[in-house]
Formats: sequence, structure tokens, C-alpha cells
Amino acid sequence: MQQIVNFILRNKTFLLFLLLLFISVMLTIQSHSYHRSRFINSANFLSGGIFNASNNISDYFGLREQNKLLQEENNQLKSILFNVENNLNSPYVDSLNFAKNYIFTPAQVIRNSYSSTNNILLLNRGKKDSIKQDFGVISSKGIIGIIEKTNANYATVLSILNTTSSISAKLKKTNHFGSIKWDGLLPNKIQLSEIPKIAPVATGDTIVTSGRSAIFPKNIPIGIVSSFNLDTAENYYEIEVTLFNDMTNIEHVYIIENRDVEQIENLLENND
Amino acid sequence: MTNFLSIHTIRFVILLLLQVLLLSHVNFMGYINPYPYILFILLFPIKNNRMLFILLSFLLGLFIDMFLDSGGIHAAASVTIAFIRPAALKFSFGALYDHQAIKFNQVDFGQRFIYISILTLIHHFILFSLEIFNFSKIILVLQNTLFSSIFTILLSILITIIFSGTNKK
Repeated sequence: MQQIVNFILRNKTFLLFLLLLFISVMLTIQSHSYHRSRFINSANFLSGGIFNASNNISDYFGLREQNKLLQEENNQLKSILFNVENNLNSPYVDSLNFAKNYIFTPAQVIRNSYSSTNNILLLNRGKKDSIKQDFGVISSKGIIGIIEKTNANYATVLSILNTTSSISAKLKKTNHFGSIKWDGLLPNKIQLSEIPKIAPVATGDTIVTSGRSAIFPKNIPIGIVSSFNLDTAENYYEIEVTLFNDMTNIEHVYIIENRDVEQIENLLENND
Repeated sequence: MTNFLSIHTIRFVILLLLQVLLLSHVNFMGYINPYPYILFILLFPIKNNRMLFILLSFLLGLFIDMFLDSGGIHAAASVTIAFIRPAALKFSFGALYDHQAIKFNQVDFGQRFIYISILTLIHHFILFSLEIFNFSKIILVLQNTLFSSIFTILLSILITIIFSGTNKK
């Protein structure tokens, strides 16, 4: 017993180091598994408050650009409103035409990241605005990501530029579906896989969400095909998609709540 | 003692805020960011309690992780360089370290450069290995480590030069 106590006392620094290293590696591993509770996250009073304060200042620098984006979107919505029969070919999000079971909440991005391999965004909406985990996030041009963690006033978003996220997508013209993942290299390109070999893919084709998950409605634009080739087994296409969104300067986004999500999940659970 | 406490508390807070509000958004060439918050660990007084030092380094890393939503990668990297700092000190300062008489703003430039470089490279290597967490992307890890380290080392040396002139201690 004496020897054990002596051993601990002698190596207390090393043991403390091992303990702390173990804790931090555990936190890292946890953050790499999709949607497991990220224990240390920025949706809290301290970091959320600081980022909000700094965003209040830095907001002004992008006002002109963001105004232009909002104006473009207004323009788009107006033209849809006045030409309802023409809106089927629009590459933009049409929030008016979705079924009523989707609720949209506007939000602002107060922290954006796109340079690491696991990017997380912070929004200024939280539980007070009835935002919960697994709500979709889109901008006027296309999808952004999925809500991961929320607290009273803030929410973190698992960006599509995150190697752990995966979203179901399809070719707009033929409805062949696959899933998009990011390889962690360029912030304007993501990869679409699992599109069967038989699908007629061409560069310039539009990729949209498939509506197969309960998170995003159908036909939210993602990007266009910039290049494609068959995978090593030659059964599926590996497609490089250029995003419509510029993920480096997003500011105004919309959070989508699907009211039927509980019903859908119940149904799926009963089937299994 | 209060003077010592206040200087290091202020340094902790300033480096933390500088890192999360400004330097993590540099994104030079798209992905290169400097991480000079490790200056807190590099310049922490040598004679102090080692357990406290390791604990403080862990806390600094954890705070950075909290702001940047990066799991525990900064905490792991920081606590590692805090633990191996004595070895790096011995390697770069040699005889001076044995007498525990190092004043960081009095040692000559070459030694200081080697000291900062060693710890920065180790820190960044652990950081990016844990961030990318994929052995098949080892090239990406090494590339990120190299470029970010150059940036961090330059910035750290500049900061030490600028601030060693003003507070003569």
C-alpha cells in the first residue's frame, strides 16, 4: 500500500498528464462520431455571447453584400409570386410552395468555419425559438447543414462541409438518388456517391435533396455536377458537385422544422 | 504574487480571445491558420508548480475547443506540449536550464527560435492528426502541420519581440 502511494506521489505529474490527455482524446473521438453529444460545444452562454457580440460588430462589413443577396432573394420570391405557373424550373428555394408541414425560421450565422475538416456553424436561435436537434438549415441558394446542439439562445449546425455529415441527394432530372459527403479538401466542392451506373449523368446537371430523410423537404438545390467518374468497382458513379452556396460568406439562413417528423419516425421504428 | 497572477491571467484571456475571434478566421490560402495561443504555454514561468501548469494548459486548450467546436483536439495538443516542455527546454537551452535561470527575453535568438519551433511543430502535428483523424490522409496532416507551423512560429517570434521590449522584468 505504502509503495502504491509512493508511486502515485512520485509520478503525480505524469499521471495527471495521462488523465488529461485521456479526457481530451475521449472528447475528440466523441466529436468524430455523428450526432453523438458533443460535450464541449460553442452553443453556451459564454462563447455564444462573445461570438454574438463580435458578430454585432463584424456584421457591418458585409452589409452591402448581404443586402444584395437578400434583394436577389426578394426578387426571386416576387417573380415566383407573380408567375406561379413558371416556378417549376427555378433553381432557388421556394418556401411558399412546400406543404404546410414545414415551418421556416430565419436565423443569422454568428460564427462560420470552413477551413477545418469538421466545420460547425453557430446560429443565434435556440430552444427559445423552439429549435431542436436534426432540423435542416438552408440559405436562399441551397442547403447549409443540420442542427446539432441547442441551448436556450444558440444552436450549432453540422455544416455540409463536415466529414462526418451525410445527406441524401438526387439528380434533379432523373430522380436517381445517392448521398453527399465532403472529402475535406475544397470548401466549394462536395462528393456525391452511390448514384448507380445506369443513371445518365452529365456535367452541369443539378443535384437537389431527395426528401428521403425527414430533415429536408424535396428539391432543395445543392449544386451542379462538375465532374464524374466510376468508382473502383465500376458499379456506382463518384460525382464531384460544385455548391450553389458560397459556404465562406453565409450570413442569413432559414431553419426548417418538419412537423411530421415524429409520425415518420414512429412508422419506421414499428417497421423494423 | 498578485502581479504574477494578474499578468498570466490577462495573458490567458487575451491570447484566448485573439485566437478565437481573429486568428482562427485568417484562413490564408483557404486553410492555413496560426495558433499562437500556445505562447501562454511556452512562456509560462519555469519555476512554477508543474501540476498547476499542466492543468492550466489543459484548460486553455479546452476553452479554445469550446469556442471552435473541435472536440478535444486543442486540449490534447496543449497538455502534451506542456508535459514535454522540460525536455524541449533542456534541448534548446542546455546549461542555462539546469540552473533554472532562463529569462525568455534575454536568451539569444537562435535558442529561442529552436525552442518555439520544436514545441509548435509537435503541437500542430498532434492537433491536425486528431482533427483529421484518418491515417490515410497523413499527407494532408503533414502539409497542414508544416504550413500552419511556419505561420505560428513567425507570429510567435514577432509577438515575443514586440512585447519583450516594453515590459522589462
